[in-house]
Amino acid sequence: MTKQVRQIDRVIIRFAGDSGDGMQLTGDRFTQETASFGNDLSTLPNFPAEIRAPAGTLPGVSSFQLHFADHDIMTPGDAPDVLVAMNPAALKANVEDLPRGALVIVNTDEFTKRNLAKVGYASNPLEDGSLAGHKVSAIPLTSMTVKALEDFAVSKKDAERAKNMFALGLLSWMYNRPTEGTLGFLKTKFAHRPEIMAANLAAFQAGWNFGETTEDFAVSYEVKPAALPPGTYRNITGNLAIAYGLIAGSELSGLPLFLGSYPITPASDILHELSKHKRFGVRTFQAEDEISGVGAALGAAFGGALGVTTTSGPGMVLKAETIGLAVMTELPLVVIDVQRGGPSTGLPTKTEQADLLMALYGRNGESPVPVLAPRSPGDCFDIAIEAVRIATTYRTPVIVLSDGYLANGSEPWRIPEVDSLPEIRVDFASGPNSEDGTFQPYLRDPETLARPWAVPGTPGLEHRVGGIEKSDRTGDISYAPANHDLMVRTRQAKIDGIARDIAPLEVDDPDGDADVLVLGWGGTYGSIGAAVRRVRRAGGRVAQAHLRHLNPFPANLGEVLRGYDRVLVPEINLGQLALLLRGRFLVDVIGYTKVRGLPFKAEELAGVIQEVIDRVE
Amino acid sequence: MSNNPPVSPTAPNGRPLRGLKLVPRSDTAYKMKDFKSDQEVRWCPGCGDYAILAAFQGFLPELGVPRENIVIVSGIGCSSRFPYYLSTYGMHSIHGRAPAIATGLAASRPDLSVWVITGDGDGLSIGGNHLIHALRRNVNINVLLFNNRIYGLTKGQYSPTSETGKITKSSPMGSPDSPFNPLSLALGAEAGFVARTIDSDRKHLTGVLRAAADHEGASFVEIYQNCPIFNDDAFEPLKDPAERDNRLLRLEHGEPLRIGPDRGVVLGDYGELVVADIAEVGEERLVRHDAHRADPGYAFALSRLDQPAFAHVPIGVFRDVERPSYDRLMADQISEAQTTQGRGDLASLLAGGDTWTVG
Repeated sequence: MTKQVRQIDRVIIRFAGDSGDGMQLTGDRFTQETASFGNDLSTLPNFPAEIRAPAGTLPGVSSFQLHFADHDIMTPGDAPDVLVAMNPAALKANVEDLPRGALVIVNTDEFTKRNLAKVGYASNPLEDGSLAGHKVSAIPLTSMTVKALEDFAVSKKDAERAKNMFALGLLSWMYNRPTEGTLGFLKTKFAHRPEIMAANLAAFQAGWNFGETTEDFAVSYEVKPAALPPGTYRNITGNLAIAYGLIAGSELSGLPLFLGSYPITPASDILHELSKHKRFGVRTFQAEDEISGVGAALGAAFGGALGVTTTSGPGMVLKAETIGLAVMTELPLVVIDVQRGGPSTGLPTKTEQADLLMALYGRNGESPVPVLAPRSPGDCFDIAIEAVRIATTYRTPVIVLSDGYLANGSEPWRIPEVDSLPEIRVDFASGPNSEDGTFQPYLRDPETLARPWAVPGTPGLEHRVGGIEKSDRTGDISYAPANHDLMVRTRQAKIDGIARDIAPLEVDDPDGDADVLVLGWGGTYGSIGAAVRRVRRAGGRVAQAHLRHLNPFPANLGEVLRGYDRVLVPEINLGQLALLLRGRFLVDVIGYTKVRGLPFKAEELAGVIQEVIDRVE
Repeated sequence: MSNNPPVSPTAPNGRPLRGLKLVPRSDTAYKMKDFKSDQEVRWCPGCGDYAILAAFQGFLPELGVPRENIVIVSGIGCSSRFPYYLSTYGMHSIHGRAPAIATGLAASRPDLSVWVITGDGDGLSIGGNHLIHALRRNVNINVLLFNNRIYGLTKGQYSPTSETGKITKSSPMGSPDSPFNPLSLALGAEAGFVARTIDSDRKHLTGVLRAAADHEGASFVEIYQNCPIFNDDAFEPLKDPAERDNRLLRLEHGEPLRIGPDRGVVLGDYGELVVADIAEVGEERLVRHDAHRADPGYAFALSRLDQPAFAHVPIGVFRDVERPSYDRLMADQISEAQTTQGRGDLASLLAGGDTWTVG
């Protein structure tokens, strides 16, 4: 039987199941297949903080959403066209996000009276008509998997566990995905357990074959590769891109990379990744706590290494004192904060961008630190290199604010040519620097105001640094009032001066006639961009700009802000950038905030933008 | 600096000091004055820190290491001003964190001789966590903990080594805290080198410093240090010429444990160590000191011997066992990765994984 293949330009699929059902793996494999096929894509993993919440419950639901298209897209999508629900909890947790007419594939084996009751279904939604607005494909995924594996030397439990591969096979057929990658992945992953490998391969094939033969699915779909700019691409998550950016920063600067880190969600993957790259001379130190992680990184920086620490909000709080010491000792240090919902433990696995004011001001005293924020998973690579450049050029700690959405989400990334990466030139002090023939550790470069970086092992430059206020030039302890005033202002001027060394803020205002500017920062770039496109398609005039440098701001920011009647600032916090802009520029920006642990939906933002436009016009 | 013939970082028998295997040797013969910085020393008159500083400055030439390859890292407290008074590289960091900072430095720079200067508040209270983990990892650093059993810089509160019931500014009715025994703590943290010495005994102090430098990995040295302002004469019984020989147990590897002419240490029924009259138990029952025992039980028993306080205090090297340092293990993994897989190539790294080409 030859089935019809229908062309579509994009689709959003959400895999949802119990945290033990392997939904993240399933989504990740489908993403890799989609990436290697050449679609543009964006992903949104969403999982509970509990490793294995009680089976079949709402808190235990884990999902993975993937948006892929034959054209350039910016977000993982607002509402899924297809939901794969492995149990009643997964259906219940996700059904409200579905638009009318969405396809729902459910695993009927799990729709038992007990499982329905566990999540508060009084009647079976597959039978009571509550899903009438959707196309429902009710498939006994578990029992079909078990049946397909009858002749395999695996336990019933292991056979049941392979049901995610059956589902992946089915969806792979439905969207004509290439399968070599997944088959190869399973062979490698289970190389040491051949019987499990065989079972998973067979389950995947059985799912594919089921799609091809069943009457349930009359058509399969094809989403053509996207016409992205020429180049070689790979799919990349924000955490992987940060790790690669740090290695690149190490190679470009010639400084050995030293990572001091304590495991914390959602930043740990950077530690895991960097620990694999000892070939690059990367040293990873899993510290006893967050304080030790940053302390060791600073100690390594004193010794001439590229000192890096990675963490999330709760860890940032603990690192604050050491970051202050790095400000005072004026040593390079890169601090990566993968933001998550707060305060306190907050929402460990959910995204938020509420650490901005902490990054800028969360230390004692006047303690200025450059702050950067990547705008997409791929941009994490460039931002990490930029952080290394600024830290080493200006001899300062630099904070990078990534977030849970960027960290775990992925997108196609055009692999850069190494020759195209920025040059990072680091000169250690090698001799006396003052007129009187002595070495003065706080005698500054007149242009950057950076102090010399004299590393132990350099004869004649022995000196002491520390957290007590330093005397200008000599670096000796000083409590003198005028000196403190001078040093506080000088440290501030050094950081402010970086504005001369960063790209001006670019504004996307195609016709130059917009009255409203939408200004964002960090991980909201995709959502805002998709919303702006919607508004423009509907005839609205709107400009978009996105900050990657939060401290100092690009030099032209004030001018940009004053060029528009109204400035809308959407943030996943309660208005932290808006507060800074109002304070710095006296511009009455309009804040729009949501803190649900999830990225903005493009449709929702488009509505907000349109409202602001309507008010102006 | 003078032009005398070079000295080498060697132990008395001529072999290189174990903790300095990867540190370059100097062909400069330093003198004590070469290690004095131009900064005015600002401790209270009579502070034990002066004696320790003098002993340390006097000892450093013996290391035979270029001055620029020595780094002193400290935290916060009176003792932590140490780096300013030495003409080496140094960092006066933040409270309690010196072992963490030194870990990053030592782990990435095996060519440095790294010394951590800390106190009983800095090292055992706010920085206790970093201290125990640096010891268990066996980072190649030398930790000198100045124990004056009081908070000096904050003007006289009880510390984690102050005796229970101590009356201080923050404990007017007596401290309810039980103190740490720093050596028991270090041994419990798997320290490979543990020693104790006294600020006023320069010869002994220097000998212990030498032994610490001769250990590859973390060396932990407790130095009893007098605070003349807030806890004067805390260690007087161990310094008084009339009394000290009946209280001090000078540890010498391979020698019987003796306290003065008449007393010695024997093994108790439960593995503890017990002080006894030699006349009663006989010379042959005295335990012979063995600093190299792999099992830390004996060294731990030694660290508990001082009950009640100062009745019989062992000083010297309690434990000195070899195991690979953290820095070496870390460096070995890197060289193994580079030997078996070759040096990393950035372009291949970025282009790894599943890729596809457009245009």
